[in-house]
Amino acid sequence: MLSIKNLHASIEDKPILRGLDLEVKPGEVHAIMGPNGSGKSTLSYVLAGKDDYEVTEGSATLDGQDLFALAADERAAAGLFLAFQYPLEIPGVATMTFLKAAVNAQRRARGEGDLPTPQFMKLVREKADGLGISTDMLKRGLNVGFSGGEKKRNEILQMALLEPKLCVLDETDSGLDIDALKVVSEGVNALRAQNRAFVVITHYQRLLDHITPDVVHVMAKGRIVRTGGPELAHELEARGYADYVGEAAA
Amino acid sequence: MPAVQETVARVREIDVDQYKYGFVTDIESDRAEKGLSEDTVRFISAKKGEPEWMLEWRLDAYRRWRTMVEPNWARVDYPPIAYDELYYYSAPKSTPGPKTLDEVDPELLRTYEKLGIPLREQEILAGVEQRRVAVDAVFDSVSVATTFKKELAQAGVIFCPISEAIREHPELVKKYLGSVVPTSDNFFATLNSAVFSDGSFVYVPKGVRCPMELSTYFRINEQNTGQFERTLIIADEGSFVSYLEGCTAPMRDENQLHAAVVELVAHDDAEIKYSTVQNWYPGDAEGKGGIYNFVTKRGDCRGKNSKISWTQVETGSAITWKYPSCILRGDGSRGEFYSIAISNGRQQVDSGTKMIHLGKNTTSKIISKGISAGRSQNTYRGLVSAHRKATNARNFTNCDSLLIGDECGAHTVPYLEAKTSTAVFEHEATTSKISDDQKFYCLQRGLSEEEAVALIVNGFVKDVLQQLPMEFAVEAQKLISISLEGSVG
Ligand SMILES: Nc1ncnc2c1ncn2[C@@H]1O[C@H](COP(=O)(O)OP(=O)(O)OP(=O)(O)O)[C@@H](O)[C@H]1O
Ligand SMILES: [Mg+2]
Repeated sequence: MLSIKNLHASIEDKPILRGLDLEVKPGEVHAIMGPNGSGKSTLSYVLAGKDDYEVTEGSATLDGQDLFALAADERAAAGLFLAFQYPLEIPGVATMTFLKAAVNAQRRARGEGDLPTPQFMKLVREKADGLGISTDMLKRGLNVGFSGGEKKRNEILQMALLEPKLCVLDETDSGLDIDALKVVSEGVNALRAQNRAFVVITHYQRLLDHITPDVVHVMAKGRIVRTGGPELAHELEARGYADYVGEAAA
Repeated sequence: MPAVQETVARVREIDVDQYKYGFVTDIESDRAEKGLSEDTVRFISAKKGEPEWMLEWRLDAYRRWRTMVEPNWARVDYPPIAYDELYYYSAPKSTPGPKTLDEVDPELLRTYEKLGIPLREQEILAGVEQRRVAVDAVFDSVSVATTFKKELAQAGVIFCPISEAIREHPELVKKYLGSVVPTSDNFFATLNSAVFSDGSFVYVPKGVRCPMELSTYFRINEQNTGQFERTLIIADEGSFVSYLEGCTAPMRDENQLHAAVVELVAHDDAEIKYSTVQNWYPGDAEGKGGIYNFVTKRGDCRGKNSKISWTQVETGSAITWKYPSCILRGDGSRGEFYSIAISNGRQQVDSGTKMIHLGKNTTSKIISKGISAGRSQNTYRGLVSAHRKATNARNFTNCDSLLIGDECGAHTVPYLEAKTSTAVFEHEATTSKISDDQKFYCLQRGLSEEEAVALIVNGFVKDVLQQLPMEFAVEAQKLISISLEGSVG
């Protein structure tokens, strides 16, 4: 589904990703762990098409489609979703309004008509209930005054509504209390499907206790330096990144 | 009403006018000489068949105007206007109009397309020659206009061109014209007083709630009033009227200088709601050919507990100089100003309001939303003052600016003057910018850059849009996104 080969990317001429390879198959959940500053968020931004990043080498395809040939909104319509580490606030734009605009923009890009409002409302209510998001929150400005945990839940709500092919979750667990972590994980698990894949960026095993990954990667200094099964996460939890930081530097 | 209908309405009006008065003006032979002199003023007055007192009124204004100098305190910049090179009546085309749409600014055409305006109407709006086309629409619209007129007459509402009111209702015109904006008020208002071409007159009698929104839909004489428009609206005791001015489709005009005057008078317990959507041609990408719009709009809350509210959406013009104001004379009167002013390209906007508290327990509210994009400059200039006797005057001002891009400017110039210690003025102002991160967030959810900006902007102006009558609000919203096109990327 997602195929990244020898990806190099820099920001302001500073190389951050330095030859990254990653293969994710449909239905799989991959976890990416790694020390602060190793380039995890950068990877997610580069895939999603943020302006400031320059791809200097390598390729990334989603279902065979060259991601780098598409604009950011086209990548979204092609089925790429990024749950932000720091979701943005947009004052004045009600969350509900934003959700509707996003859903309809993607439907239009795929040549489908707008979702009729009553149907849309019903859908949102359904998904929001599951994530413990109140009607009141949906009326408020997008993410404005939301707590850290509420923002993250809102990301998952958007993911559920947009039904992407590939979901990249950047530290969705950070800032969540224990109950919220469960709610969010259940939200993600409910979306697991044969034709959908996840890349879950996290620092903690506790998220992976809820969302069991198929593959765990260690990222350091802009590369995947080790790949293993779920047990690798436990090992990291116990031993830290010391080995890998050294290895990548060498 | 949707843009298309609005345009159709406009097209129809043109013909209604001809039909009603039974003439098609031969512009070439029916115009004043170039430049402005007493003779020009006499010519205009004679053409309108005005009584002597009206002529004297105009001449008085003209003489005064000769002694005045153009104001230069606003934050706008334009080459000197050659007043003696202008035509002041039935201005003929200085250059022949475009022969076909191929000769029209493609940007303008693109806008028409976005608004869904059919080709034939585009030609009319763009001023393509041989504009008299929609003959088939005449009979239909005459009957519509007649129905409306009948209904208004039944309610006792007078709604007619001001030139007609001068002839038919001289006592009202004499009493009120210039009573809010005196002929000596300011350079542009004085000029208007000398040469005003036409405009609307409204009188709502005591206790009458005007049975419909008075909109340009069936306003007569639209075509000739653009340049020096004069509007006078009087709401007698306990009456209510809502007046809508403007059109969402951008209008081209051969006359670059526009100086309108609008006067509103609200007596005891009366209310006037005045809404404007201004979308004059802003000029091409270089700012060439755009309209200079110098407007004096003022409402006089003359009676106790009267209320006047101005709502405006300003998107057009190369230059906008406009401060709709309220004089809160009656005790307990209330003034409101809701404004969305958008500037893009090389537009310059200097706009705001004045709330002059004279009576006791008067209140005013100002909500201003300025949006600057491209290389435009957008200034809010607002005065709130309380007279010594205006005990318990209250004002709330909220003035927000939104910047799109790095090359535009937003400026806020509030003036506060309280001569009574009991006055309470609250002022809030914010300036924000649409950040790249916000835009990226929207793009990641599948919105295009233009959709993202429109969404954020709509959120920003929501409070003001809500003040507009429903159909107008929908149109205005569409217009706002169109005005901001090309401001991203
Ligand atoms: N705008 C920028 N200009 C310069 N350097 C940047 C910029 N943005 C990110 N970086 C650098 O890129 C590197 C990778 O950052 P990134 O956010 O991808 O790390 P991360 O793995 O997500 O870290 P964390 O675990 O703390 O979230 C860091 O050294 C960071 O300082
Ligand atoms: Mg990160």
